Amino acid sequence: MAVFSSLSDRLQDTFDKLRGKGKLTEDDINAAMREIRLALLEADVNYRVVRDFVNACKEKCLDAEVLDSLNPTQNVVRIVLDQLTELLGTTDSGLVLAQNRTPNVIMLVGLQGSGKTTAASKLAYLLKGQKHKPLLAACDTHRPAAADQLETLGNEIGVPVYRGDGKDAVKVARESIQAAVDSMCDIVIVDTAGRLQVDEEMMQEAVDIKNAVKPDQILMVVDAMTGQDIVNVVSEFAERVDFDGVIMSKLDGDARGGGALSVRAVTGKPIKFVSMGEKPDSLEVFHPDRMAKRILGMGDVYGIIEQAEKISSEKDLEDAQRMLTQGFTMDDMLSQMQQIRKMGGVKKLIGMRPGMERAAQQQGANVSDSQLTLIESMIHSMTKEERRNPRIIDGRRRRRIAAGSGRTVQEVNQLYKQWEQMDKMMGSVRSLMGSGNARKTSRMMKNMMRNMGATPGDLAKMQQQMAAMQGGDYSAAAATALKEARQPAKKKRPHKKGTKKRH
Amino acid sequence: MGLKDRLKRGLSRSREALNEIFYMGGEVDDSFWDDLEDTLVMGDMGAEVAMSVTDDLREQAARENLTRARQLREALAKRLAGEFAPNERDPFRSLPSLVLFVGINGAGKTTTVGKIANRAKSDGIRTLIGGADTFRAAAIEQLDVWGQRSGVEVVTRKRGADPASVCYDVIEQAEREGSELVLIDTAGRLHTSPELMRELQKVVNVTRKRSQMPVSVVLVIDATTGQNGLNQAKEFNEALDLDGLIVTKLDGTAKGGIAVAISHELKLPIYRIGVGEGIDDLQPFDALEFSRALVGENEGK
Repeated sequence: MAVFSSLSDRLQDTFDKLRGKGKLTEDDINAAMREIRLALLEADVNYRVVRDFVNACKEKCLDAEVLDSLNPTQNVVRIVLDQLTELLGTTDSGLVLAQNRTPNVIMLVGLQGSGKTTAASKLAYLLKGQKHKPLLAACDTHRPAAADQLETLGNEIGVPVYRGDGKDAVKVARESIQAAVDSMCDIVIVDTAGRLQVDEEMMQEAVDIKNAVKPDQILMVVDAMTGQDIVNVVSEFAERVDFDGVIMSKLDGDARGGGALSVRAVTGKPIKFVSMGEKPDSLEVFHPDRMAKRILGMGDVYGIIEQAEKISSEKDLEDAQRMLTQGFTMDDMLSQMQQIRKMGGVKKLIGMRPGMERAAQQQGANVSDSQLTLIESMIHSMTKEERRNPRIIDGRRRRRIAAGSGRTVQEVNQLYKQWEQMDKMMGSVRSLMGSGNARKTSRMMKNMMRNMGATPGDLAKMQQQMAAMQGGDYSAAAATALKEARQPAKKKRPHKKGTKKRH
Repeated sequence: MGLKDRLKRGLSRSREALNEIFYMGGEVDDSFWDDLEDTLVMGDMGAEVAMSVTDDLREQAARENLTRARQLREALAKRLAGEFAPNERDPFRSLPSLVLFVGINGAGKTTTVGKIANRAKSDGIRTLIGGADTFRAAAIEQLDVWGQRSGVEVVTRKRGADPASVCYDVIEQAEREGSELVLIDTAGRLHTSPELMRELQKVVNVTRKRSQMPVSVVLVIDATTGQNGLNQAKEFNEALDLDGLIVTKLDGTAKGGIAVAISHELKLPIYRIGVGEGIDDLQPFDALEFSRALVGENEGK
């Protein structure tokens, strides 16, 4: 389905049809705007917001410079992206807390199931890390065992929880302030029950809690997967409770999160944090540029890097160093396969990488997770010695490996070739280091980093790598690219040291 | 208040939006079709479904010479109703039956289990609840409260226990006691987490293998979910081979459109819909009634 192809791919298609034309016309721009409109709707940006946004973009795109430029696609994408980033606001995630008040109060509101209780504990964890002493107030007196949930989470992160009588939310909120004073806590985080914006009684309760504790900040927790209705929800909450900012939850899923744009456009309230997982430390600062790319389906480049970093362990780093100094073994290849699997499989990685899908299609490559399994099974059929030193794998050994894994000798040959290529790649890095040219090495490392870190366009190098290889090699190349991305970022210093020694 | 009224109240937002178009002029012209498409998109139906529904209806209008907006209302309701997969077996009525509830975090699985258990118990069905959400803090306690409210026993283990082994225990106890309806709650998880999806696969496999009752795996989905709902449903379906859907939180939202898209795309029947917070607000699903409530049948005459 079209949902998964990125906006730039789609625009490219649209403009491809116009190739040969010296100049784009207004009609061409209209066609492009239609694609943008669809991309935004698929990302769940509210329909009305989309309309205004597209109109604004169109005006900018009709500028003569854009139309006459050599690469209108990129110009249009850039305009849309800039416009979107601007609309999404700043990275200012600061919680504005009154200086002369102790304790400060932060209140969380939202629909049922949006993730308030989880967000409350994550926020407490974050504040605790900033040398605050937070207290969690369990003011969800409606959902069964909500207070138990908060208490369990509080215990896990070592933050006290005030439960009160568990009946009257307003009373619990009010008492929690005193409890914070008594136990020397400087911030109270008030977790409230989930409520629908149309439920008059419950909305009044939220207002009552607000009046009772006079929060410094009210944060609304919004599920990144919410659909079109989000504008009704947030505008009603804004009107009744008047919140200061938004926490977007469940962004670790694959929802595009177009709701973020709707929230900004409708209420003008900033997105302050994004919540990315089940662990207490997964509350992160909001980056409008990343969000803009995500909404447009341009791939979350930074997301991949962070995901890769998250699952990398000390051992991985040791492995990486060994790989560079001693060569690349079959075991390394195997661990890369497993790495890809940990990150959600080939499909997901491709989905996250801008342009990958297109590249894959053009190559007619058949990228699948089952290929990972095949490669794994072949490596598993090798002896320890063969894995450590694949050069000893001769014809006889290949036949044995093929028989042991139930594959053909050709497939084993292919695997061997893949390994050879990767070893060669590592070898070139190795020889650089060996040459003792520290500056050259560090420059190369920097280049690698830039390739990973910056704009999607800069990823060209990696894509070439992908494109250069055929079929099943995709997975391996992706793994290498990821490792490359991670290694220089973390290993920069050790490398330098290493090369200096050799001087 | 009857089901119809509840539904109407719940879906009032979508209906208002549609009423607006159906009211205007009454004569069908190009802008009518554009407005209709837009309104369907705003109902989270997704651009593709909205376009195909609109195009079909347009063709039908030309064929059957429907020129008044009012005539099109019923045609639209029927067209939408046709998008839903038919429901051949209601796992909460055809007993004995074991139902596993799956879905993303915060969809309303535990609450749904509680409500269904309560209803079954008051209908005199021997019911058993299994708490296989051993991950989320206090999920077991939440289920316990529901168990006490409805007088249904809850079988579970400590937090952190293997959910598949909980299912095993639940089935054993159900067989010992001759339970007719077994409802098992699982931990919410995002479809993008391969490890958690594999864990759930194991839970489902163990249950399907071990249970002698027919097993239904039901995806609980929040009606306020946007286009990502389709991704969710696809991933869960691929991993677990789902039997049907329950759509929650249809009240207060303008939506329900994603339910049309999912049911249509994956050919999955909708077993129940949640149209309110009350215990009785979880209702059987009737495609035509739902669609009529959505487009506001018999109103504005």
